[in-house]
Order: sequence, then C-alpha cells, then structure tokens
Amino acid sequence: MFSSFRSAVRSNILAAGSTWRTCKILTFPFPQKQFSTSAKAAVGPTSMTQKVIAGGALASGLTASFLLYQDSVFAEAMTAAEHGLHPPAYNWSHNGMFDTFDHASIRRGYQVYREVCAACHSLDRVAWRTLVGVSHTNSEVREMAEQFEYDDEPDDQGNPRKRAGKLADYIPGPYANEQAARAANQGAFPPDLSLIVKARHGACDYIFALLTGYPDEPPAGVVLPPGSNYNPYFPGGAIAMGRVLFDDLVEYEDGTPATTSQMAKDVTTFLNWASEPDHDERKQLGLKAIIVLSSLYLISVYVKKFKWAGIKTRKIRFTPPKN
Amino acid sequence: MSKGRKIVLTLTPHQSFYTTLYNTVFKRNSTFVGTIFFAGFLFQPALDSALTAWFENHNKGKLWKDVKLTLNGAAEEDDE
Repeated sequence: MFSSFRSAVRSNILAAGSTWRTCKILTFPFPQKQFSTSAKAAVGPTSMTQKVIAGGALASGLTASFLLYQDSVFAEAMTAAEHGLHPPAYNWSHNGMFDTFDHASIRRGYQVYREVCAACHSLDRVAWRTLVGVSHTNSEVREMAEQFEYDDEPDDQGNPRKRAGKLADYIPGPYANEQAARAANQGAFPPDLSLIVKARHGACDYIFALLTGYPDEPPAGVVLPPGSNYNPYFPGGAIAMGRVLFDDLVEYEDGTPATTSQMAKDVTTFLNWASEPDHDERKQLGLKAIIVLSSLYLISVYVKKFKWAGIKTRKIRFTPPKN
Repeated sequence: MSKGRKIVLTLTPHQSFYTTLYNTVFKRNSTFVGTIFFAGFLFQPALDSALTAWFENHNKGKLWKDVKLTLNGAAEEDDE
C-alpha cells in the first residue's frame, strides 16, 4: 500500500516539472523514508536492532535469574529467604464476595485452638459471648467459660476472691504477662492470635502454609539459631514454634478425620473469624449496598439525561436585524 | 397547580390504566408524597428479606443455623 502511494507521490512531483513551485515541494523535508518500509530497505538495520534487543533481553534475564538465585541462597537482610516463601493461594470456602465462613469449620477450629494452640498463644480480644451463635450454643459457651477462674471483687475484709467465668469475660491466655511467656518459651514470645490473620501478609494462606509447611529436616546448609525450627514460609526461615499439628492429634465430635491439613484449615478459619467477626454480616450488607447504590446511580443518570435533553438538543439561531 | 387542574379527567368506566394512575397518585402532591413514603416503607423489608433469602441459600450448609441442627439437642436452644 505504501509503495503504490509513494510512486504516486513521485509521479506527481515529476509531472510538476522544474518550476519554482516544484522546487519548494522537493526541498520540503518530505517523509519519504517513513514510507520506505518495504522489505528490501528494512532488512539490514531492523534485524541488527532485533539482535541487539534480543541479546540485551537475554543478558538482563540471565543476570536477573542469577541475582535472584544468589538472593535465595542466604537468608541475609533484604533477601528472598529473609522475606519468607510466599504462600500459595488456597481455595477458602469464604473467599468469594458473598461467601460466609464455614461455621462447622469455625467450631472445629476452636477445638484445635483450645487443645493445641492455647498452650502457648492467648486470644485476648475475643470474649466468650462472641462465640454464641457463631460456633457454639449459649449453654456450651457458659460451660466453657465456667472452667476458668477470674478475679472477683474483694470480700468485706479486703481479701481477693475468685469467681467462675461468665459470658462477658474475655478468653484468658496461658501466661500472666509477656515476661512469663518469654521465660516459658526460651525467650520467644508467642503472639496473641486475636488479630493474627489480619496482621500477617498472606492472611489465611500464610497461616495455613506455615502450620503445614514444616519439612522433616531443614535443607542442607541452613544454620539455625539454637531452639528454633526451619519453616520456609516464616520470614528468615527460623521460627521458635516447632511443628505442632500431627494427624489425629484431636478427635472431632462431628467425625471429621483430624488430618494435619484439616486441623490447620479449621484453626485458620477460626482465627480468621476471630480477626473479622463482622465478616458474614459485612458481605451480606455489601450485597445490599451494591444493589441499592448502583440502582440509585442509574436512576440519577436517567434523570440527568431526561432533564437536560431539552437543553442539550436545542438549536440557537441568530437572525440578524434587517437593517 | 392551577395549570395541572386543566387536565382533570372524570371517572368513566373505560378509563385507561395510566389515567387511573395519574388520578390516584400523581395528581395531588399529598398522594404523590404519601405514595413515595409508603413504597419506601414496603420496599426496604421486601428487598432485605429477598436478599437475605438468596444469601442464606447461597451459603447453605455453612451457616450457624445449619450447623446447629447437626448438634445433639442444640436445635431448641436460644442463641441470644
């Protein structure tokens, strides 16, 4: 297409003869080069450019791969190993825009927390009452709370008293304070799990990958500080918590086989609920908000167009005075 | 309002739907505003119950009210 156009331009120029006018046209920086994209003229420079570009891309790719590999060998500051392995994206049953938590899973997850995690981890920000109607019935939660002792008001002589827990109390932790927790765990502080899903990159995926990601032995060459375990998902690779979930560690009341991954999934769902107790209601309200707000928006667009139609389509004509 | 009064339509046995609608709803501001308020009053719970029904059907089996039924003797208990 371009070549025919070019020849037409050329013939036009030639036909115009050698008048001054033609000279002006010829001296004009006519973009003849831009049109000469035919194969013959293009082969030389383009293939050379392609080679240079391909070579550059290959060189930078190889360099980047080498540097990334180098980066992953040592867990030094600002390396890939220091940041930890990224967890895979798991297909949680509450992932969708309108999907609630699996409450049977929350119930099993509380059991795993109570029987396994609660030995070291607290759940300070969760009150017993919040479990009612989520994972347990009212009487079940009352019974669970009554098994713990809380400080009561002192008696008439001022002696401290204890009382059984009630629904309004918060779930007690395993240690009295941080110092006690560190002393019991070789200096490591087991974090509070109330908001742990929100507090970690990767959220649920990270917690699940961490709980199930302990290899039998650390990879060759990894040097761990004393009292720590290797877990590739934990930033730096050395985590004070050892592997805690093993098959059939707990016995579920609903008969679900208590495999390691099942327990990890359940306790992660429970911890996600602890972090986001408003999750189900939020998604339900979101659905309503999307429908109502988008309808109101569409109505407002229609009303605007309706009201402006007469103004937008009017024609203003100026009739000049006769004299 | 005086301009609108010119198109007052008398009741006839064969008046169209739009005429009835106009006469009962739009003609007087009092009935128009009243209709809007009343419709809003009905629309809110209607939308709410429809969406709740869909949402609970969408998440059937995962909700607490479904889990509760699988527990022994918990079905009659109060959650409040």
